[in-house]
Formats: sequence, structure tokens, C-alpha cells
Amino acid sequence: MIRTRLFLSCIAFLLVVLAILALHSQQGKQVWITQELAANQDLVARLALTDLALWTEARYTRHPALADFFSPFQDAPASFEHFPAGSIIAPRLPAVSTTLRVRKRPLGGSR
Amino acid sequence: MTRLLKILEYSLCSLARRKFKNFSIIIIYSFTIAALASILLLTHSLKEIAINVLVDGPDIVVQRLAGGRHDPIPVHYAQDIAKLPGVGRVNPRLWGYYYDSLYQTNYTILAVHQDLPSLEMVEGRMVAANGECTVGQGVAKAQNAEIGDELLLINSTGVGYSCEINGMFKARSNLWTNDLILFTEKDLQGFFAMPAGLATDITVEVFNPREIPLVAEKIKRLFPDTRPVTINEILHTYESVFNWRSGMMLTIFASSLIAFSILAWDKATGISGEEKREIGILKAIGWDTSDILTLKLSEGSVISITSFLLGISVAYIHVFLLGAPLLVPVLKGWSVLFPPLQLAPYIDMYQIFALAFLTIVPYMASTVLPAWKSAITDPESIMRGW
Repeated sequence: MIRTRLFLSCIAFLLVVLAILALHSQQGKQVWITQELAANQDLVARLALTDLALWTEARYTRHPALADFFSPFQDAPASFEHFPAGSIIAPRLPAVSTTLRVRKRPLGGSR
Repeated sequence: MTRLLKILEYSLCSLARRKFKNFSIIIIYSFTIAALASILLLTHSLKEIAINVLVDGPDIVVQRLAGGRHDPIPVHYAQDIAKLPGVGRVNPRLWGYYYDSLYQTNYTILAVHQDLPSLEMVEGRMVAANGECTVGQGVAKAQNAEIGDELLLINSTGVGYSCEINGMFKARSNLWTNDLILFTEKDLQGFFAMPAGLATDITVEVFNPREIPLVAEKIKRLFPDTRPVTINEILHTYESVFNWRSGMMLTIFASSLIAFSILAWDKATGISGEEKREIGILKAIGWDTSDILTLKLSEGSVISITSFLLGISVAYIHVFLLGAPLLVPVLKGWSVLFPPLQLAPYIDMYQIFALAFLTIVPYMASTVLPAWKSAITDPESIMRGW
């Protein structure tokens, strides 16, 4: 049974590591909420910021929330793409709630 | 219980006989799970940070469109918007982008009122007079500048422009301010040569959050050439940017999942001659089909549970302790000023359980199925077949 004991010890060790990481996550999140969240919210509110400063390569990647989603071909993520970051941002597609179908009435037909 | 422990001992012996192969499977399996989990942890954390902080962003941002493109908006629009019922402060914003050809970086330059009180996230002073500026850590690093130094840029007329850095955003706000430069309104107008009476866009405060869509609709009716972007749309953007349909998820996540599927498929379709012979011998010496299935299930569990625990731990360390160094090049694209990722460790347990279900169960099934096919065959024919 030596192998079983060794294996169970390994699993127990990995579970302890995972528990420590879970504790780290809880503490890290708590520290962020108490020390940084309010300050960042204040910053965003005072400067009226709308986006994360992650992708600075194009205006639609620097400010995806304000991008021109209606412009064809260039100014929306996942359109014909020039910049790499644009390819990893998902497009914000509008949800279609109503559809209309338009058909020509056949010539000579009743409908 | 003793029976199960004995089967586990036997399965560990069996795995140890093919230790190189099984060790390789554990490494590949753990790597696949670490890749998948890293993306899940990174995107979830970024999404939570964005959504939790942006709730305090502007209720409505009004842009003006000309020819289907974003265009400067007349400041007098703000006065008319302010008259709408339920509307609070209405501020025209002046901001723009600047490409620094010397350092090949893009900055975002934003004008602030000179009477803006100092922020907790600013080290030094906020910009208070013309000729001063407050910069993000990324800008300071690119320019190799510190508080008290001069920031050197070239304005829209091609003339050199310098301003004194009297404040710097702290590293804790890097996700929002890394490429940001704050000027006074007058300085920014001069720098971009923007005509007076025009702003980049207008932010609108709405007292009752439930009235935001209604106010946006009224603005659109009042000024048909505008596009109001509501706070819900901004938040929705960040939910979409980091959701499963995002390119990052689709490319890395899907390729990792496909790699894992190949691993599981290979396991499910092929059982080695040696393993078949082992099953035949076990059947011949009196093992039941259920014993053999338990054995194979136990082998699959040893590999998949070990790999899963290893993979998840590695992913957490990679994303939250090391700052996701392997994902940053993918995420970064051509952004020169990409902020260092020191993320709040938000974890969605639902995602972790879903990942466990998507990886452990198929692997165990793929281990058991071929073993079951061999176990129900006559032991003599299995042994003759090898």
C-alpha cells in the first residue's frame, strides 16, 4: 500500500496548495475591495473614464465602449482587422427583437 | 473500502509500469488545463474589475456623428441637454489621442478642470495650471520622466510643446491611467488646435438610473446627429469583451480544448496491446468485468485529478502571482504601453467546476470505454490476439 499512501499524500498536498491559493484569492480580493476599489471608482467618476487602458494601438481598442460599431470595415473590433488587439475583442452585437420580411407580390398571382 | 484501496494500489503499480507515458500525459493534461484555466481566470478578473469600477463612470456619453464618424460636438448642446428633466451635471469633455513618434507610443490626453480636487490615485499634485500635466505610469516610463521633469511632445501645428509633470498616477490605477496625460482645458485646446466652442463629447449625469434610457432617447430626439452611449452599454461592452465569444477565448481556449479532445480521443480509440493482454490475464485469473472497469476508472482518476489540481494551481500562480506573462503577448497586440497586470483575484467557482466537468469526465470516460470493450471479450481471444 506504499504507492497508495504516496499518491494520497500527493493529492492532499495539492489540495492544501489549492486551499492556500483560495485563501490568497479571498484575501487579495478583500484587500482590493477595501483599499483600491473606492479609489479607482473615484478616479473613474471624477475623470469620467469609460474604458480600461489596456489596448492603446487603435482608438476602437483603447475605447471599445465608445467605438463606432456602425461604421463598416474599420472601426469596430472583429471587423476587417488591422490591429491584433481588435481580433481578441468580441463585438458587441445588438440583440434583434423584431424581424421584417419583405417580398414582391408575384405578377398575375392573387397574393 | 479495502477492495477499492487494493485496486487503487494495483492501478498505481500499473501506471508506474508505463511511467514515462503516463508522466507525459499528466504534463500535457496539466498544461492544457493550466492554459484553459489561465484564460478563464484572467478574463473573469478583468471583467469583474471593469464592471465594478465602471459603475461609477458617466451615466451617458453623448457623441456627435458626421458622415457616420465621431466628430467634435458643439458645447452649446450641453446647455440644452442640461435643461432636460432628471438631468444633473452636464460636462463637455475635451480629449484626444497623441502618437509619440519618438517613443512610438500612443497616449490619451484628457483635459480636466483646474479646480478638480486631488485624487487618492495621484502622487504629487493634480494638474492645476496651464503648463502643467499629470501623467500615467506608462507615459512616465516611456519618456523616462519623473515628477518635476518636463514632458516633451509635438503639438498639432508641429511645434515642440513642453509641460511640467507635477503629478503621476499611482501604479494601482495602471489599468485605467497607464497611457493617460491630464492637461488643463486651455492647454489641450491649444495642443490639439481645437476650435473654441467644440468638445470631444459630453458626459451627462442622470439622477435616477432607471431614467437613463429615457434621457438618452430624448437627447437623440433633441439632437438627431448625436449618439448617446449609456452606462449600461459601456458595462455591456466589457461583459462582451471578455466573454466566451471573445477572440482570446475562441483562439486559445478552443485550441487548448481541441488539443485535449485529441488526447482523450486517442485514449478512447486506442488501447495498447500490452493493456489488452493485461486485461485478458486479469480476466483469466478471475477478475470480474466490474473489477476491471473499477481499475481503469481508478487509473483515469489518478491521472485526471492529479492533472486538474496541478493545472488549476499553475494557472492561479501564472495569472495572479506572476501577472500572466505567457498571456500578455497575446493580449497586448501592438500596444506599446500595456499596463502590468496586477489583478484582483476574482474567481468564478462556476467556471472552475465547469472546467473540471469538461476535462475530468471525458478523460475518465475515454479511459473506461475501450477497457470495457476489452473486458467483455473472451480472455482467450484477447490473449491470442496480441
